[in-house]
Amino acid sequence: MRSFSYERAASPAQAAEAAIHNPGAKFIAGGTNLLDLMKLQIEAPPHLIDVNGLGLDEITPTEDGGLRVGALVSNTRLAADMRIRCDYALLARALLSGASGQLRNKATTAGNLLQRTRCPYFYDTAQPCNKRQPGSGCSAIGGVSRQLGVIGTSEACIATHPSDMAVALRVLDAEVETVRADGTCRRIAMADFHLLPGDTPHIETMLEPGELITAVVLPHPVGGRHIYRKVRDRASYAFALVSIGAIVQPDGSGRVAVGGVAHKPWRVEAAESELPRGAQSVCERLLAGARPTRDNAFKITLVERTLRAVLNEARG
Amino acid sequence: MKFDTPATTNPIDRLKVVGQPLDRIDGPLKTTGTAPYAYERHDVVADPAYGHVVGAAIAKGRIQRMDLAAARHAPGVLAIVTAANAGTLDKGSFNTARLLGGPDIEHYHQAVALVVAESFEQARAAAELVRIDYAPEPGSFNLRAAAGSATLPHENDITGPAETHVGDFTEAFARAPVTLDETYTTPDHSHAMMEPHATLAQWDGDRLTVWTSNQMIAWANADLAKTLGLPKEKVRVVSPFIGGGFGGKLFLRADVLLAALGARAAGRPVKVALQRPLIANNTTHRPATIQRIRLGAERDGTITAIAHESLSGDLKGGGPETAVNQTRLLYAGRNRMTAMRLAVLDLPEGNAMRAPGEAPGMMALEIAMDEMAEKLGLDPVEFRIRNDTQVDPENPQRPFSSRPFIECLRLGAERFGWSARSPRPGQRREGQWLIGMAMAAAFRNNLLMKSGARVRLDKAGRVTVETDMTDIGTGSYTIIAQTAAETMGVPMEQVVVRLGDSEFPVSAGSGGQFGANNATSGVYAACVKLREEVARRLGFNSREAEFSDGEVRVGNRTIALGAAAAEGEIVAEDFIEYGDLDKTHQQSTFGAHFVEVAVDRATGEARIRRMLAVCAAGRILNPKSARSQVIGAMTMGAGAALMEELAVDTRRGFFVNHDLAGYEVPVHADVPHQEVIFLDETDPFSSPMKAKGVGELGICGVGAAVANAIYSATGVRIRDYPITLDKYLDRLPDVA
Repeated sequence: MRSFSYERAASPAQAAEAAIHNPGAKFIAGGTNLLDLMKLQIEAPPHLIDVNGLGLDEITPTEDGGLRVGALVSNTRLAADMRIRCDYALLARALLSGASGQLRNKATTAGNLLQRTRCPYFYDTAQPCNKRQPGSGCSAIGGVSRQLGVIGTSEACIATHPSDMAVALRVLDAEVETVRADGTCRRIAMADFHLLPGDTPHIETMLEPGELITAVVLPHPVGGRHIYRKVRDRASYAFALVSIGAIVQPDGSGRVAVGGVAHKPWRVEAAESELPRGAQSVCERLLAGARPTRDNAFKITLVERTLRAVLNEARG
Repeated sequence: MKFDTPATTNPIDRLKVVGQPLDRIDGPLKTTGTAPYAYERHDVVADPAYGHVVGAAIAKGRIQRMDLAAARHAPGVLAIVTAANAGTLDKGSFNTARLLGGPDIEHYHQAVALVVAESFEQARAAAELVRIDYAPEPGSFNLRAAAGSATLPHENDITGPAETHVGDFTEAFARAPVTLDETYTTPDHSHAMMEPHATLAQWDGDRLTVWTSNQMIAWANADLAKTLGLPKEKVRVVSPFIGGGFGGKLFLRADVLLAALGARAAGRPVKVALQRPLIANNTTHRPATIQRIRLGAERDGTITAIAHESLSGDLKGGGPETAVNQTRLLYAGRNRMTAMRLAVLDLPEGNAMRAPGEAPGMMALEIAMDEMAEKLGLDPVEFRIRNDTQVDPENPQRPFSSRPFIECLRLGAERFGWSARSPRPGQRREGQWLIGMAMAAAFRNNLLMKSGARVRLDKAGRVTVETDMTDIGTGSYTIIAQTAAETMGVPMEQVVVRLGDSEFPVSAGSGGQFGANNATSGVYAACVKLREEVARRLGFNSREAEFSDGEVRVGNRTIALGAAAAEGEIVAEDFIEYGDLDKTHQQSTFGAHFVEVAVDRATGEARIRRMLAVCAAGRILNPKSARSQVIGAMTMGAGAALMEELAVDTRRGFFVNHDLAGYEVPVHADVPHQEVIFLDETDPFSSPMKAKGVGELGICGVGAAVANAIYSATGVRIRDYPITLDKYLDRLPDVA
């Protein structure tokens, strides 16, 4: 860990402005991922801007019948909120399948979206990694890749995004609300928020330098059965091999996104029209163009089998 | 005390204290956070400097250049230790690779520098500034690929013979009407103990003291002195509390040496904890194996031919994983052979992990037995019973000292509800779950080791025990106190136990499940000597004197125990040493594991539902701590069955998943229900305590029981551990 300076922001806009004036600065909220990465010197921000205490920890109704979840709402509080449990059960279930009780108490909504990959080569600073050190190469390709991505990967990176929550938000068509250094706000659709690695795997989101997430906005509830199915070797406290977030309506239509397979929650809206025809039809379109490694080719089968079980459960 | 004839009635047999399920006497220290662990010895050194270890970034090759300038000038840096400035260092007799590498690099994350600074954070930051240019060399990192170059391992007392042959295996196997010939693999495992290797070192002139976390004080003491070129007497090793070891702390490791070198270089005490990401590659691990097992039997299930061959790898000069051990002893069979082969690998150093040999060996053998029972159309419990032996099958004039193996099997079957099992796999379903039930034998040898202790009696009648025995979370403090309380006839509150200090008599130490039986026997020997001295001082005949309730009694004359020490403390020291009872008799521990699993029929996720172990391990000194040992071992075996694997990057030569996020071990949710039953037995051939080891028995065979249960649930046989869903997903029934 390198030495760093630290400040407490006075407002979200001031935080964004401070970030612009301190190149390489990072916002810190729960710190459950950032501090680990700093200790290993995978992240070495010269300046931390603490965004706790800015009033970003409220869950409030929106005018169009949705909910605005403040960026600093903890994963624990979000999962326990009665409005979330009733109308966005997928989100509550995804949250509770992730991490541990202790981590969820500290981890925040925005921080969860911004957590970095768990690729073991990203974590080993002695190994080349384009995400950690652009241009150094990818040691995961051809290496141990059982946990890594099967679709949307590139020659530069096959990492996955580890979040469960993000998969649910993608299914729910959530939007990420931000403030920029000039004080302007915008909303970014979850579909666009995370990027594929391409040849710049170190750039993981649409956020501009200094841009601060202030909230996640959930649209009006859509009803249906909400199922989050996380598949993992260990029964708890493990990242997904694959996960499926689905909302299925009584008529068999619905939405589905997959975690653990790509650099972002993987959803192909066009594949969802196949839902009434079953998992195989969906997966043919959802996973078209997948390029798994020998270690993780099983994920293709696993997604289809798991989706089939999810659809059975939705019907049941 | 020399133990060379089977034990007869002795004071331990009173079982007023020994054998009782007493709480740990060190429990309050641990639950209040006041047990002094190595990295937190604020009580002995007020102001230590901090060391941070730099691990090699290549698996094999040379350091071409080291640039320490930036690190040296970083804030707070006091010293940087490297092989180039550490002076001449020898290598410990238990170490295969050097603990401080350079310029030659022998394995990934071999320590190449220690940066010492005023604060932990400064040391860590400066360590990142050390610049090293390497010249990597190609290495051998793939066990399967290295199989062709494997050779016979060097034989010694620990490894046993590289090959054994009895009768004519080849001919008997060829003639057997029912045969099995399968290959099983087990991966590299990490000890993954909670407390990292950690040491605080302080020099006083040419005398060195290290407060560390180590299972074998005398080994660490000797190897630290040897490595530094000091007489043993100049080195003191103190390790009263250890946050888990599992074999990973049997030996002198880099934290100890580097803390000592760092303290010398900085001119003040230094403490070092190995960073978690270094532990998998910097320290030792259980080596992977490739095992071939062949069984031949008559149609009635009588085994006529049994062969077990095992291949493992290690650094040059290292040893084999002795995975064939149990197959020499567990089942009858007139024609038999075992063989071990060792390949040279440039991966980190392989060495002992909980039940070395038997743990991976039983994982293979007990799947083979399950497969063979099915081929024979026999119940797996019955098949094992049919091939029981009461003598060493390689040496039939050698009986087992005690072998209630069949009792373990029968009792386990009864208690687990074995009769409900379907012999055909894939028959039982509950909703989404495929349910399977299976079993495996447990087997681990009982090892006898010389072990010493010193006991002191003061005028208050308090007994203090001192021995370099360690408590690695096992309960040593408690069973040693129980032994002293029983022998001296005092309540537990009157016993003080002091462990883990090289100034105390050398004990067996903690390893190989030999700690409890041998260390308590050493304490018993010292207590017997103390009783003699007490009797002499009180004018009693020691044979007639009865020690109980804090008093000494002969006839109607009763004197308080402490009265013997009225003139001053009485000190007695002795050790237990053994004759040839382990030569004339085979001493082993036995058990049976029963497991029920559920496999998700869609995803293939395997979840254990319940586990039962029935154990025969001689006298159980404390059923509470022994049970904790067994359920811990069962959990570790479940991990080995379902998830634990150090993933080898065979291009770059290292274990990739080198932290606790990547190397998964079971969490509570993985093991819902465990039960342990101890057979009520004593083994008078093992020691005056009539006890045997139990801490490793629990891991032996449990992995195979899980594997067999997954087969029972799914009908898919997996012979490569860990049994993760990717290995059988495509062979599960279709999801409707």
